[in-house]
Amino acid sequence: MEMPIPNANVLSRKSQIVERLQSVLPPAAVIHTESQVRAYECDALTAYKCPPLCAVLPASTEEVAAVLKVCHDMGVPVVPRGSGTSLAGGALPTADCVILGTARLNAVLETNYDDRYIRVQSGRTNLSVTGAVEEMDFFYAPDPSSQLACAIAGNVAMNSGGAHCLKYGVTTNNLLGVKMVLMDGTITEIGGGHLDAAGLDLLGLICGSEGQLGVVTEATLRILRKPEGARPVLMAFNDNEVAGACVADIIKAGVLPVAIEFMDRLCIETTENYAKAGYPDCNALLIVEVEGAPEEIDEQLALILEIARRHDPVELREAKSPEEAARIWLGRKSAFGAIGQISDYMCLDGTIPVSSLPMVLRRIGELSEEYGLKVGNVFHAGDGNMHPLICYDANKPGDLELCEAMGAEILKLCVDAGGCLTGEHGVGIEKRDLMSHQFDPADLEIQMAVKDVFDPDWLLNPAKVFPLDTSQSRRIAAE
Amino acid sequence: MTPKTEQELADAIASAKGPLHITGGGTRPIGNPVVGEGLSTSGLSGITLYEPGALTIVAQAGTPVAEIEAALDSENQRLAFEPMDHRALLGTSGAPTIGGVVAGNVSGSRRIAVGACRDHALGVRFVDGAGEITKNGGRVMKNVTGYDLVKLMCGSFGTLGVLSEVSLKVLPKPETSATLTLHGLSVAQSVEAMSAALGSPFEVTGAARTHDTHIRIEGFAASVAYRLEKLKDLLSGYGEISVTEDANLWAGITNVTGFAKTDSDIWRVSIKPSDAPALIAALPDTCETSLDWGGGLIWVATPAGTDLRATMAVDGHATLVRASTQTRAALPVFHPENPTVTALSQGLRAKFDPRGILNAGLMG
Repeated sequence: MEMPIPNANVLSRKSQIVERLQSVLPPAAVIHTESQVRAYECDALTAYKCPPLCAVLPASTEEVAAVLKVCHDMGVPVVPRGSGTSLAGGALPTADCVILGTARLNAVLETNYDDRYIRVQSGRTNLSVTGAVEEMDFFYAPDPSSQLACAIAGNVAMNSGGAHCLKYGVTTNNLLGVKMVLMDGTITEIGGGHLDAAGLDLLGLICGSEGQLGVVTEATLRILRKPEGARPVLMAFNDNEVAGACVADIIKAGVLPVAIEFMDRLCIETTENYAKAGYPDCNALLIVEVEGAPEEIDEQLALILEIARRHDPVELREAKSPEEAARIWLGRKSAFGAIGQISDYMCLDGTIPVSSLPMVLRRIGELSEEYGLKVGNVFHAGDGNMHPLICYDANKPGDLELCEAMGAEILKLCVDAGGCLTGEHGVGIEKRDLMSHQFDPADLEIQMAVKDVFDPDWLLNPAKVFPLDTSQSRRIAAE
Repeated sequence: MTPKTEQELADAIASAKGPLHITGGGTRPIGNPVVGEGLSTSGLSGITLYEPGALTIVAQAGTPVAEIEAALDSENQRLAFEPMDHRALLGTSGAPTIGGVVAGNVSGSRRIAVGACRDHALGVRFVDGAGEITKNGGRVMKNVTGYDLVKLMCGSFGTLGVLSEVSLKVLPKPETSATLTLHGLSVAQSVEAMSAALGSPFEVTGAARTHDTHIRIEGFAASVAYRLEKLKDLLSGYGEISVTEDANLWAGITNVTGFAKTDSDIWRVSIKPSDAPALIAALPDTCETSLDWGGGLIWVATPAGTDLRATMAVDGHATLVRASTQTRAALPVFHPENPTVTALSQGLRAKFDPRGILNAGLMG
């Protein structure tokens, strides 16, 4: 993966830049020694590492504004960073950048149960947002699997999803407002406790802009009352295609489960060896979860099981107790960890129309043979959000490159099937150079024109999202 | 001009010599008055793709909403955000188009539960002010590939580009629905009752106050019956409760037909529900109000020429949806925003429509 050559002019001014940052922040909030900045050299895409020039940890919107103003005045690129859990390299530094971490922005500012929202500083972790409203039986719906660690700032930047978005939507559907700072230090508010925009929907534009348009310091989030209960059912099939057809039939029948998760044989066997959840021996497994009162759950599950029976299942297993429900989820929730135990892996998240599922799975199998790399599939089937896990050996020269080449093939396949490169992880650096497969030059040009408006000098997270050659003239002009 | 293909649309815009007045079906004349040659998308019509199992529909922008709804109905699905039909309120006729729904981010009572049009819009194709054909988003439900221009286009009233095709998420129709009606509550009591219902686990999909207060639930029959009883218990402190299954009730609420036959100006105000009593108390006695979204959306009928924003002391925004041309020329239709947001919006318009020819001035 290529990154731009660091700006020598910035590198040579490191001591002045650090000094200026120290003049606007408490001393401990500016991290600049070689050993300390190493903590920020990568995010969860660990194959790529680069220590930044320095890192700052502001504790207020005003401090964020002061930092950005300094960097703007001195022409220094800034890479915003939530908790560093990006799988796409969204927070990967360049040697000439300042990492702006949101870790100290973690306060709850307001909870409003009558109007059903919470306002938090953006460094707060996803799960701790729910934690703040749990005592009143409310929750924050988007639930990326990194929710214990990931920050709302990163969720907003990447428009994060999760397992339950079939019913509750992704971050953008649950975000009511932001306070944000533009690259020149201007502080602004967009949206709030009310719904929809007065004019253009800038909130919708900012959500998912990968930290390239501004730094979000506060977020107003929709909270929901917890359902009375939830219960999963496990369905085992001997064929991916049949499982896919079952998903489509469930959706067409008018039931809207909160989650429909899919696992293929490699994932089932690997997680079974690792987590011992007691999964049946089969080629494809679905976990379908519905919510409501016990009687409502019974009614929905009866319908779902009736549909499943028409698809010749190997086994149908309904959770009869919370313990059984936990066991059904156990394997799915440990899938990534289980694969990680046996191999290094790269996790993609291309999304496809549900109808293309059988064709795409078949083709992934063929690619796996061609490249000689194992692929496990575990994904959110209801919304077509795939998660192929390509196994490789990081210690074997050339294997990462082989894995990346195969990943690129899979993502192109998703696009060609009518889908997209990324459903919830974001583009970052990982899918940056594939953007021109999904978009024509005019499509990319108008997106880059949006960045021109918010960040004319292209200082915010500049080497991400757009293919480097496409964004080159803008980034060079900024130097 | 009524182009029949996307390419004709692009050619028409590229070769335009002056400002254009963009419309779909022309049933929603919302916005500051626009001068320009007429350009209608009604010639770009037809459903391109409908996959019930994937909950998605793709249609050309000029496709009548009625055609979309009929196709969805045949598979027992619907546009869950319940797009408002403006014809009665605005006294217009013709066929509302799906492009118009997206361009106006037009939603209805169910917005409070399932999100607005913008939350169901998956993809767009449009022609910008330079005549360039562009696409964004797609037809899958989860998509974070590049910037989300779908949301930006949704509610931009044709000022950033002219939609040629939209792709939308659809949802199954529920088996049944029921409405609880509470009688004789003050605005404050009504908002309190609606908040209690919306903050319950019983999945309320409509909460509105016309004269009475109405709370809707939808789903499978047994589930609706169960939740109905639960909500009756929850709201037992608010007096007598009656139950109806009148579907027309919600069409009337969403379409604000109660204000159709008046000559008042009509304002649409979006606020936090708990601010509704204060907002309404500050209005002149000559105003009438109707609440939706649990009190978060207030429709206000005011005597012609009244500036509602002058008495609005709470956060949110007010749009002047219906008024005479003179009033619309005097009072901005869209709520003025903070200087930074205004500057960013102007910056975006300059990029998307460098010549300033697309519905120029409509949004201010």
